[in-house]
Amino acid sequence: MDAKSEVLSRYNAKVFKSRKDHILRLSRSEGGSAEIAANSRAVPGIMTNRGCCYAGCKGVVVGPIRDAVTITHGPIGCGFYSWGTRRNKARAGEDGKNFIQYCFSTDMQEADIVFGGDKKLRQAIREAVEIFHPKTVFICSTCPVGLIGDDIHAVAAEAEKEFGITCAAFSCEGYKGVSQSGGHHIANNGLMKRIIGSNDTPPDAKFAINLLGEYNIGGDGWEVERILKRIGYKIVSIFTGNGSIEEISRSHLAGLNLVQCHRSINYVAEMMKSAYGMDWLKVNFIGMDAICGSLRDMAEYFDDGALKLRTEEVIAEELAAVAEDMAFFRSRLEGKTAALFVGGSRSHHYQSLLRDLGVRTVLAGYEFAHRDDYEGREVIPDIKEDADNKNIEQLEVERDPKRYRVFLSPERYAELKGRMELESYAGMIRDMPDGSYVVDDLNHFETEAFTALLRPDIFFSGIKDKYVLQKGGTLSRQLHSYDYSGPYAGFRGAVLFGRDLVMGLQAPAWRLVTPPWKRQPAETAAQGDATHA
Amino acid sequence: MLDLTPKSVSERSALRINPCKTCQPVGALYAALGVHRCMPHSHGSQGCVSYHRTFLTRHFKEPAIAASSSFTEGASVFGGGPNLRAAIKNIFDIYNPDVIAVHTTCLSETIGDDLNSYILDMSIPDDKVVVYTNTPSYVGSHVTGYANMLSGFIRCLADSRAAKNGGTAVFPGFVNPGDIREIKRMLALSGLSAIVFPDQSDVMDAPMTNTYVMYPRGGTRLDDIRALGGCGRVLALGGFACAEPADVLDKKCKVPYLVLPLPIGVAATDSFVAAAAEVAGRPVPVELEEERGRLLDLMLDANPYFYNKKVAVYGDPDTVIGLSSFILELGMRPGYVITGTPGEEFVRRVEALLRDYDVENCTVKAAADLFELHQWIKNEPVDLLLGTSYGKQIAKAEDIPLVRAGFPVLDRYGHSYLPIVGYQGAIRLAKMIADALMDRQDRDCADEDLDVVM
Repeated sequence: MDAKSEVLSRYNAKVFKSRKDHILRLSRSEGGSAEIAANSRAVPGIMTNRGCCYAGCKGVVVGPIRDAVTITHGPIGCGFYSWGTRRNKARAGEDGKNFIQYCFSTDMQEADIVFGGDKKLRQAIREAVEIFHPKTVFICSTCPVGLIGDDIHAVAAEAEKEFGITCAAFSCEGYKGVSQSGGHHIANNGLMKRIIGSNDTPPDAKFAINLLGEYNIGGDGWEVERILKRIGYKIVSIFTGNGSIEEISRSHLAGLNLVQCHRSINYVAEMMKSAYGMDWLKVNFIGMDAICGSLRDMAEYFDDGALKLRTEEVIAEELAAVAEDMAFFRSRLEGKTAALFVGGSRSHHYQSLLRDLGVRTVLAGYEFAHRDDYEGREVIPDIKEDADNKNIEQLEVERDPKRYRVFLSPERYAELKGRMELESYAGMIRDMPDGSYVVDDLNHFETEAFTALLRPDIFFSGIKDKYVLQKGGTLSRQLHSYDYSGPYAGFRGAVLFGRDLVMGLQAPAWRLVTPPWKRQPAETAAQGDATHA
Repeated sequence: MLDLTPKSVSERSALRINPCKTCQPVGALYAALGVHRCMPHSHGSQGCVSYHRTFLTRHFKEPAIAASSSFTEGASVFGGGPNLRAAIKNIFDIYNPDVIAVHTTCLSETIGDDLNSYILDMSIPDDKVVVYTNTPSYVGSHVTGYANMLSGFIRCLADSRAAKNGGTAVFPGFVNPGDIREIKRMLALSGLSAIVFPDQSDVMDAPMTNTYVMYPRGGTRLDDIRALGGCGRVLALGGFACAEPADVLDKKCKVPYLVLPLPIGVAATDSFVAAAAEVAGRPVPVELEEERGRLLDLMLDANPYFYNKKVAVYGDPDTVIGLSSFILELGMRPGYVITGTPGEEFVRRVEALLRDYDVENCTVKAAADLFELHQWIKNEPVDLLLGTSYGKQIAKAEDIPLVRAGFPVLDRYGHSYLPIVGYQGAIRLAKMIADALMDRQDRDCADEDLDVVM
């Protein structure tokens, strides 16, 4: 029995039925299917790792924008939990505005639930404006707000008039959709409707790009920025790590959109294509091959001789600078195995870096992905809509006649599309060998069961699993927060990642867990030798 | 750091900035983890429990298990009954706990889901139990949720017909496993055998063994919760967290209770130790009296370093009252004492302490937040911050030493193993405070003033 059957065999009939299509053992060479069920309801009672729509909207996409006051409209918890816990780093720009260190909430009380919370929200915006003088205020709603029918969009419109600010509301109640994913989409729609394209100051640079789906966790965005600047790119905006309204408002004037986290931001990329004609390119700045490939694709897109030359120079220099460290860490990690369970794209991206370090991935899964993140965007037309997804607005974007530009000739576009992931994404599964497992919405039970069966040396996951795995003797590294380390992106990040894995695997405490009086005789002898060596 | 916080304080009636509390369900979840073989369950959308498990795991550096009803929009419109039914079946099938402790969320409360009727309608395996409580997130704070979960267990399980056993129960309050361990040690030294409810020791500080156990050895046994009904008395430590559940038990099973402050510092620990001795019918054991003596020795030895230092104390009400009491005993001066949890009883209690020590010019506020605390500090600084991790921003912004105590401590390790309660806990607290102040003195002094002996 393979691991999939063994894990599923422990479920009752209903759970078995819900889960069986979310687990895949890759066997394409034997004609096995590579289709996976995703983005559907979690099973009640099963300990899923998923969060909610609010977490996706406020926590992931909107929250990292540094110069907007983002007010959580609801009881205190949601705002509190999304305060300072995601490591989306930010530094104030010239205007000195950095609200990332703050938590703003309407802290709704029982009377607000009974009589409506819009009055309190209005007053909260007034107080925020008077104390902080922000140019932009965002409102993110939580579960009860939608249920009691507070019209946060009307309040936002009033606030714009009264205070002369931009005020955008996001109806991202936690119960919408099936995971954080719906919240990403709602945030994307809001940014597209209200912020993108609202400032026509040109970037004044030849190779101007936006970096989409980079949240600057542990400073990832800054490391990517360092590399791109060396080559000669102008970064107009980053969505949304250390992002600012000023930058995002003029992002439509860049020459190319780079998409790092496909799941959380592909909607903006697609909508900007429709409205402004901007192309987008799927990139990955995690792992040597992936970074080099992405940089070469970018240079090829802009098709400039000097840029291509500079790209190769920078690649050569950067690779040389980290070669020795990478070789050392590889020598320590070669032959190890890993499992990855992260959110949107990291489970895919990090496989590239793990390969650089000689680590083989035996299982990978996403917390809130859709089928296209696994199987590639070409399956999008085949994805069946269900009731849970239908209630997330699918924003229809029309061509902006004044701002629409054509970037490539149809011939060149077709040529490039065959050579790189231009407006396409092949998904994670294609990079994984037969025999490995893909699990969507991996839960607590399956984490334990697969770990027991596949025995990975390292399990990359989040904080909720971390100590489950560690207590069981498996090294667990958080790939959401990088365990308070990072950056892991870019060339320098790769070295830090390698160092952190070696550090984790070599912690002397692992060998001390079993007390000497409980060790097998051979083990005791070995330990004794090591101690007295 | 916090560069946008203005010095001038303005009146706010609607905007909460940098809160000093969170919502009820996480307290309920933590309380339920103190019951042996219990699976906490959050009746709401899955984001709530994801946040709560994350929060608790970050504080304890331990797995914090809990399941969710995983509401979708449909369930929010038509009610969460089917979700709860499916969840209960799946939890028993897959995770096999002895008890599931259900709490609500603002979502299920707003739509008015009736847990009682849902659960009555369910088929629950004969040897299993489902208990429940209401924890609307828009009332009180996480401390309220903790109290409500204890009340829920008592309402569902405490047996009013249980044989009167004359025993004692101790509700240890919203504290760390290390504190509960210390409370149990003091009870054992006092010769008092008591039911401790809840008891997160050996659950949220389970040892590393290379084997993950979903239900570690600790936690109050269900039979002990049932037997609460037959107890002769309850010692409830911390009025905010434990008075209400003690009262529920009294009303249901006629068990009288005594609310004591959380035993933080000398006087509060004295009350606890004296009460335990009285119940046990024995004198206070010599070991505890000697520990007390060592604590007093330390307090006198290091007195010059504590004297008149101004402190801002913030966090949960019972903890903050205890910490305030202890810093007064150390000869320090509370400058600001706040909690995010609403309730004017907090203010009355702290002001009574301040009167005992003739301290004036101290701002005491319930339902306060860390933004206003920071603003006050900008106007009138303090020498020390004493509270949770969220004070670290203020500490950095204003260059003030911070000693971490209470919930949550997300940015340090080992704190949950070690007590702040009892004489031993006070020795630890006094040492942490003295170290922080003396390190600061060493750092700030001129070279010629650096004393090797202090």
